[in-house]
Amino acid sequence: MNTDAAAQAGYRRFLERRSFIEMNARERVRAVLDPGTYREMLGPFDRIKSPWLPLQGIVAQADDGVVLARGTLQAKPALIAAIESAYQGGSMGEVSGAKIAGALELALEDCEQGRLIFPVLLFETGGVRLQEANLGLAAIAEIHAAIIALRRYVPVVGVIAGMVGCFGGMSLAAALCTHLIVTPQARLGMNGPEVIEQEAGIEELDAADRGLIWSLIGGERRYAEGFADDLLEDDADAIAAAIRKAVSADPASAAKPRSMQVERYVEMLRKLGPTP
Amino acid sequence: MEKIQYDYPATRSVAQRVHVGVVGSGDLEVLLEPSADARTHVVVNTSVDGFEATWKNVLDRFFARFDGAVSIEINDFGATPGTVMLRLAQAAEGLRA
Repeated sequence: MNTDAAAQAGYRRFLERRSFIEMNARERVRAVLDPGTYREMLGPFDRIKSPWLPLQGIVAQADDGVVLARGTLQAKPALIAAIESAYQGGSMGEVSGAKIAGALELALEDCEQGRLIFPVLLFETGGVRLQEANLGLAAIAEIHAAIIALRRYVPVVGVIAGMVGCFGGMSLAAALCTHLIVTPQARLGMNGPEVIEQEAGIEELDAADRGLIWSLIGGERRYAEGFADDLLEDDADAIAAAIRKAVSADPASAAKPRSMQVERYVEMLRKLGPTP
Repeated sequence: MEKIQYDYPATRSVAQRVHVGVVGSGDLEVLLEPSADARTHVVVNTSVDGFEATWKNVLDRFFARFDGAVSIEINDFGATPGTVMLRLAQAAEGLRA
């Protein structure tokens, strides 16, 4: 009977949970910010969209797939940037990349003048948008530089919820974050499995083998390896709470950023003993 | 890629803006905002060529029941007529929110 009751309680919790994965980018930002504080910048009606996609026969989305909003997190001023995975795989083009980079650079200016703005990045991206190639890559490099500059002042918090995950140059952006939150459905890696299969052959990696893919680059694996700081169920309230906790962390007690812990990762590589 | 434009008469003025949907596979984005004159203006940007007659049927049917002086931009990524109708109904519902 006790087991039944426990199982029932488990089902109830599951049913009551608000899925973060099922939300679109705009809904995710609203779910994270303090209620009533959402203020979108460069929204769809500003129509700052890709000039390159229509030239290649692709219809452009009015916000280029990035939602930028100001608001508060437990009354602290925050900047949230969320990537819409349903539009072009959440890829970073010239405009979508510049929206994130520009917003982070403005937050940095505020931080430098003593007005702390807490940045949160909701990743869901295949990386650079191939149709915009170097322009997207340039924007991603600017995002990297802005994260490194910002994290001297405030924790930069990243979330990879799934189901797209975070790949390419944007996986480096996730790795540069002070605090990274993942779900078991998240994936984090440089090349996506489809790319590896296409380039190295199906004998090297079968991109359709979901169990294998998630065991290599899934959220649980990345958390166990120390590439993420929180592993959470797909629960919008739990993710919002974890973001608040990360934002309130005492900067003095913060660990050295992952990207500066060279010894730790060299040691890890040595244990794994990769062959050249 | 095609751009199609339609105009419909309207009597009711509208004050809000509404944005719904995403330019994702089989889906579309709708941007609805007040228009300057007493007409409904629709611009469709679609990645699928050759369906102008279908668009006209779907939009004629929707605007036979919807009255609002609005400018609507549709950015379509191969949505079916049913999905188009649902997104338009969702945008119209957003006006009442």
